[in-house]
Amino acid sequence: MNDAAERKLALSHLWVAFIAFVVACFMGEYQVLERSGFIPALDSPSVYFASVSTHGVLMAFVLTTFFIMGFGYYIATTSLKQPVWNKPLAWGAFWLALTGVVLAAIPLLTGKASVLYTFYPPIVAHAAFYIGATLLVVGSWVWCAIMLVMFVQWKKANTGQPVPLAMFATAMNALLWLWTSAGVALEVLFQLIPFSLGWIDTIDPGLSRTLFAWTLHPIVYFWLIPAYTAFYVFVPKQAGGFLFSDEMARLAFIVLAVFALPIGFHHLYMDPEQAKGWKLLHGIGTFVVALPTLVTGFTVIASLEIAGRLRGGKGLFGWIGSLPWTNTMVLSVILSLLMLIFGGFGGIVNASYAMNAMIHNTAWVPGHFHLIFAGTTVIMYFAIAYYLWPMLVKKPLFSSSMALVQLWTWFIGMSILTTPWHVLGLLGQPRRISTVVYNNLLTLSWKPYELMMILGGLVLLGSACLFIYNLAKTQLNPATEVFDEQIEFAEPIHAVKSLPEWLNDIKLWNKVIAVLMAISFGYPILQFFFMDTSGSSPWGY
Amino acid sequence: MQTEPIKPKYEQLLRDFYTQLRAIHIDQLERKWITISLVVIGLFVGIITIDAFFHGVNPPSKVETVDSASLHLNKEFAEDNLGVQVDEKGAIIVRMVAGRYAFFPKHISVPAETAITLRWVSMDVLHGVHIPMTNMSTMIVPGYVAEITTTFPKPGEYPVLCNEYCGLGHNHMWSNISVIAKEDWTAPVKSAAKGGSNNE
Repeated sequence: MNDAAERKLALSHLWVAFIAFVVACFMGEYQVLERSGFIPALDSPSVYFASVSTHGVLMAFVLTTFFIMGFGYYIATTSLKQPVWNKPLAWGAFWLALTGVVLAAIPLLTGKASVLYTFYPPIVAHAAFYIGATLLVVGSWVWCAIMLVMFVQWKKANTGQPVPLAMFATAMNALLWLWTSAGVALEVLFQLIPFSLGWIDTIDPGLSRTLFAWTLHPIVYFWLIPAYTAFYVFVPKQAGGFLFSDEMARLAFIVLAVFALPIGFHHLYMDPEQAKGWKLLHGIGTFVVALPTLVTGFTVIASLEIAGRLRGGKGLFGWIGSLPWTNTMVLSVILSLLMLIFGGFGGIVNASYAMNAMIHNTAWVPGHFHLIFAGTTVIMYFAIAYYLWPMLVKKPLFSSSMALVQLWTWFIGMSILTTPWHVLGLLGQPRRISTVVYNNLLTLSWKPYELMMILGGLVLLGSACLFIYNLAKTQLNPATEVFDEQIEFAEPIHAVKSLPEWLNDIKLWNKVIAVLMAISFGYPILQFFFMDTSGSSPWGY
Repeated sequence: MQTEPIKPKYEQLLRDFYTQLRAIHIDQLERKWITISLVVIGLFVGIITIDAFFHGVNPPSKVETVDSASLHLNKEFAEDNLGVQVDEKGAIIVRMVAGRYAFFPKHISVPAETAITLRWVSMDVLHGVHIPMTNMSTMIVPGYVAEITTTFPKPGEYPVLCNEYCGLGHNHMWSNISVIAKEDWTAPVKSAAKGGSNNE
């Protein structure tokens, strides 16, 4: 199949994602420097908060959304062996989303939208910021529609056949994202845009926070699913073995998508506008969603063990040494799992209903999500890029040893950055401060950790630059040497011949999600329309 | 009415689902791992639920509304009424207002090892507050009263920090609390809250 058009589509998305990423990395390093207060000339809250807002939007919205869209198009076309449905529509979505990014970037970079990527009404930003973010999300909805159409068309043409695992995961992610984004879409369309344009005088921040919490947890699973997809469909093959279980992989994606949604209130544990029963209910759901991650850890490690033993590894741990550590995909998954273990442990602390009080809104929280997102998830984005790039540009990777150095430095940099960040949180440092001015002895204990964070950030910045350099050199390679390998999906040990419909389709799960969302968000949202609340008028910053 | 045929239909669906679930190939080892995972998750959830129901360990969740735009007209949160008070039942209640960029009153003294109920309101935007090394933490959302009851175990001077971005001066939003040994603490005279000198 000539997939030149699909490759161009995927590459364009991935380049937007990675350019946003490297720009945001420079901002990250500036932020740890500014925050430490070691260089007084840098001290400026207005620049700092503009930078934090931009860093968050670029990393959490632009890198992720564009990466997931590009990756999804390529997975759909290669796993289903058919062209992307309605390519003009896909390009339309690309340009719409990119326009949104530019529209949001103007107020962000000029300091007219320093409200952080979590919005924080009743503080208001320039309307262009909210409208730009909306266009980005609308572009991603078009992507969801294309993925689901391709999924349904393939199923119709191949009745009774199991959908390829990679596509099943992508379709689940499209379903997850449609549900996830609905919360923030309601907030932006009915509260923030009218509020910022002056069409309404007041809004209820309690309702805004509830709607944002709807989105805030499952969005991280939207980011994580491509990483898990790589765990299941690329890693076993790259390691030289087989996928341990195809059915368990599907079950993990299903439980992940279904239970990621009705649990957002663990972000609101400390909030006064929701009652304790609802928080406890969401808290229990939060623990349930740990299950698919525990299953994934098992399946991936079991798949690696099979590969290690096939390669001649012996004994209880001998198979670890015989894994191909110089394969970028295999190295990434090992480092990713290491960060997942520590990040997951931190996540359990955050999820723990009452223990959360000790770390809520402290430096612990950004430490946690940098470890689990920028670490576990983004290192798999790198692995996917290194794997796909040669196929996308039809040229061999510029330097595999540089790629290995880049992955190791990312892991080391992330460890140096996030360990002191967690400690700072336990020592009581709030997140989201641009510098420490508290006249208190406690703050003296914070200094050495801030110094370590600067060092970690520097290592990460260097690593990010190596990544971009390697990709660019690969693509700009003038040699006509043609790279002709095809994408390889891992084979399960037990091939699946047929599956029950609920393991092969998303319709049932859509209904289950609808019921769970009605239970866990129905009353907590409706209460705002029955309570006697007084709205807040808009504030600058 | 359709109720009668519907029930068996759903029963049949559930039964089919269960049979199909049993038919999925799951390795013995994986089965064990899933069981262990479920037991661990069950243990965590169990402890949290028992603590919530029987020991009353809950985050601040009193859904109580207030008009943040007119606190000065509000009897409870008028300036004279802020700070530490002992009510007729002997309970210690602290009323605090968060506003850009300070917590008012700027300094309070409370006894250690004593249950204290803190009631926080915002007069403008979203704030959050925590006292490091204690479990006093809550968001302060405009339009709502954030109420939290806690006990400070150790005497000392603690900072009270704003932990939610509230504007460009957010860094400067903090105040102090003195936790005093139980036996040395005396309840403030009601009129003491009026003057500003001892609050600065």
